[in-house]
Amino acid sequence: MQNTKTTVRIKSGPALTRRITLSGAAAATLAALLAPGFKAAHADTAAPMADASAYPAKAFAQKSKDEAIAALFNMTATASDQITFDAPDIAENGAVVPVSISTTLPGVTAIAVLALGNPFTLAAAYQLPDGTNAAISSRIKLAKTTDVVALVQAGGKLYSVTKNVKVTLGGCGG
Amino acid sequence: MAGSILVRASSDGTATTVQALIHHPMDSGFVKDATGKLIPAHYIQVVEFAHSGSVVLTAFWGGAVSKDPFTKFSFKGGKSGDDLSISWVDNLGNKDSTTAKIS
Repeated sequence: MQNTKTTVRIKSGPALTRRITLSGAAAATLAALLAPGFKAAHADTAAPMADASAYPAKAFAQKSKDEAIAALFNMTATASDQITFDAPDIAENGAVVPVSISTTLPGVTAIAVLALGNPFTLAAAYQLPDGTNAAISSRIKLAKTTDVVALVQAGGKLYSVTKNVKVTLGGCGG
Repeated sequence: MAGSILVRASSDGTATTVQALIHHPMDSGFVKDATGKLIPAHYIQVVEFAHSGSVVLTAFWGGAVSKDPFTKFSFKGGKSGDDLSISWVDNLGNKDSTTAKIS
């Protein structure tokens, strides 16, 4: 009789509560199962976030090639034929000029692009940790026809290659 | 606001190739609008690419990087299903980040 009574009670009001409790427990189990994944995802986004304090603002504010290189790397560059620098001979639209830099030099730690005819010469700089291949493609703006310099820092030394790009429509709106 | 970053990362077993496009005006501060007023500088300064928690590329950008910047690079390692996260911060302090799966 007692059993029957219990059944009845479960079918009426308390059954709902029990179902809720069960689904609550199920959800908790699910959350526990997913937790490691969430943690990993959280760690991924939390640990290596872009940090504005690392920005080499001084290097980006230089108007001459040598000053920008000095501010960024604190050394001078020597020309190298081991850098492959792909940029168009003639850029119809200076606002979007595709540039690709790659090198066979070992121990590359940084790659940078300078557009000498721009108000500020340094366009972009990249830090490459171990394991990242020394090949980067990007798109930059050129104010006018100018020499574009690709810099590669490898094994503690700085190498460069220069290419002239003709711009038929300037990318700085001026 | 993870909507600013489009990323495609694919692994061939030994290396992972990453292509990323970030929606951003990248105003250099030198361009004038239709009325002749300078458009204030507004550009991404730092972009961090990380694979499973360790940085694979740090990009520092000036105003001379094109609008909606595109970046392509590759790194050794990485397998299908791994996390690749990208985060950026611009000169006005705006930020965004996203995490994609390597395919």
